[in-house]
Amino acid sequence: MLVATPRGQPNIAAVLAASATIEGRGTWQLAWTRLKRDRAAMISLGVIVVIVLVAIFAPLFASVTGHGVNQQFRDTGLTPDGLPKGPSRAFIFGTDDQGRDILVRVAYGTRISLLVGVVATSLTVGVGAVLGIAAGYLGGLVDTVIARLIDIVLSLPYLLFSISLVSINFLGGPGLGIIIFVIAVFSWAAAARIVRGQVLSIRENEYIEAARSLGAGPWRIMLVDILPNVMAQLIVYATLLIPVVIVFEAVLSFLGLGVPPPTADWGQMISESESVYQQSWWFLAFPSMALVVTTLAFNILGDGVRDALDPRSDRI
Amino acid sequence: MVRFLLRRVTQGLLVMWIVTMAVFAMFFVGPGPADVAQRLAGRQATPETVQLVRRRLGLDQPTVVQYWHFLDRLLHGNLGYSYYQGQSVNTVLKQAFPVTLSLALGAAVLWLLIGVLAGVASAVRRGSVWDRLATTVALFFYSMPVFVLGLLLLYVFYYQFTIHGLRLFPGQGYTPLGANPLKWFQSLVLPWFSLALITAATYLRLTRASMLEVMGEDYIRTARAKGLRETRVIYRHTLRSALTPVVSQFGIDLGTLLGGAIVTEVVFGLPGLGYTAVNSIQNDDLPVIIGVVILASAAVVVANIVVDVAYAVLNPRIRLH
Repeated sequence: MLVATPRGQPNIAAVLAASATIEGRGTWQLAWTRLKRDRAAMISLGVIVVIVLVAIFAPLFASVTGHGVNQQFRDTGLTPDGLPKGPSRAFIFGTDDQGRDILVRVAYGTRISLLVGVVATSLTVGVGAVLGIAAGYLGGLVDTVIARLIDIVLSLPYLLFSISLVSINFLGGPGLGIIIFVIAVFSWAAAARIVRGQVLSIRENEYIEAARSLGAGPWRIMLVDILPNVMAQLIVYATLLIPVVIVFEAVLSFLGLGVPPPTADWGQMISESESVYQQSWWFLAFPSMALVVTTLAFNILGDGVRDALDPRSDRI
Repeated sequence: MVRFLLRRVTQGLLVMWIVTMAVFAMFFVGPGPADVAQRLAGRQATPETVQLVRRRLGLDQPTVVQYWHFLDRLLHGNLGYSYYQGQSVNTVLKQAFPVTLSLALGAAVLWLLIGVLAGVASAVRRGSVWDRLATTVALFFYSMPVFVLGLLLLYVFYYQFTIHGLRLFPGQGYTPLGANPLKWFQSLVLPWFSLALITAATYLRLTRASMLEVMGEDYIRTARAKGLRETRVIYRHTLRSALTPVVSQFGIDLGTLLGGAIVTEVVFGLPGLGYTAVNSIQNDDLPVIIGVVILASAAVVVANIVVDVAYAVLNPRIRLH
């Protein structure tokens, strides 16, 4: 589309302006456009939005049903033998072994899973990025120390260590704090290794040399020139780490080392159902479904985000 | 090659040494020593008795001295005695390891078969109904925590089968292979499948991606152009180099599992290393915890070295530095 000037010459400025409106879409815009075309990813995003809404409005479930999250309905919620009651109009998902409403508890459990998933993932990726960039760009002694540390952390039997740390009442014992801490301590290394590898090749680029010759210091180069270039990788990694973290939290709670009772938590509900689920399938089924739907949604979205951000990447 | 091996082994030993120090530190930072003496002495024990128990176990000595004794014993192949079980840690581990080994090896065979074969089939018929179905099912299992699948299998194949008169699998527990091979098999089928189905999902995704990448290479086109049969192209030319990432993943997974499949063992009541570890951690049985941790880290370290060597053997383009 050439815009003619009075002299019949193409107006360069106008051409540039016109092409800018066509091609001026950044990496993120392009990625978003690609992601929007991915039906499975968009459905998953919708599911995740619903899950987030459930977490935010969990008290609404309690007030609509009139059942508190830790309220025990020993008369209406248990059979005369003291067993959980199946799904009914009063208790849509049935009741648990203490006569509590499973629907309300599953809704509240969403909060713990999402909170741990998001906070622990951000912490992990944050620490991993800082150490990975530092190791990759600074090199030398810093790199040696961090790389060794990565090797060591990656060869630790992390579940064993996590259980040990929780059981010695580290950081005040079982609770959200220790869970998030344990996850970050054992997961940052994998993130740092990926970032470090990326940075090792990025730092050889001409634009880094250009920045250096313009007088940019290491901080500026790491923050302004390198960080944006590993951002796509970090976002993909984070999206795929969230479901892993959610499962890890559920495992700890399942082993009795997560959030202490009576807080509603999916892993813990599944663990509590172990003694009675054979007669009361709903006690196992609904928390499990909540857990699987959440991790599945994040995994599908993560796959979609990866394809969108890096169309050449393999679908692993 | 020898120098490389030496360096890796040294690194591995260093990691294991750091691991033992970390476990020791954690135990002594926590309430471990106090709890152990109190529990062994009994609830009504006088403070003097508790003190005596502490001295017997050597828990009254400074941590550094205890650590030194531990290292000294370790170098003689002795991991010490369990505080509670009245057995040496070596005996405890010797009893638990075959359970974990049976679980891990059986599951590994299953997940390799399912994962790699399904992955190859998916990659070869990319975009087909089978491919979409397989990748969807894989993503489903990939998102499933192992304890959820384990309990689900128990519900269907143990509980529902049993109340309908089909006693195929025990709900809990383990029968040693030497005692009764059939019962051994029955006690492991459900744990095998719980572990294998979930892990196979990763292998399907990995194999598929790797196959697709290799299938785009020039030498595959050359092989086809030479007129080789498609099966030969796929299995001899493509799969062989596509397996490299699969092999390294396999080594690491198997190594990790040999240190104890904690969740699976707990769900199915299998007295393997993971189950033993969880019990010892809850009891503050430090010698056993240390024993399991050393074994588990050793398994991971050895697996990593084996993977690196296998890498070089499988793919001549990769040279060891």
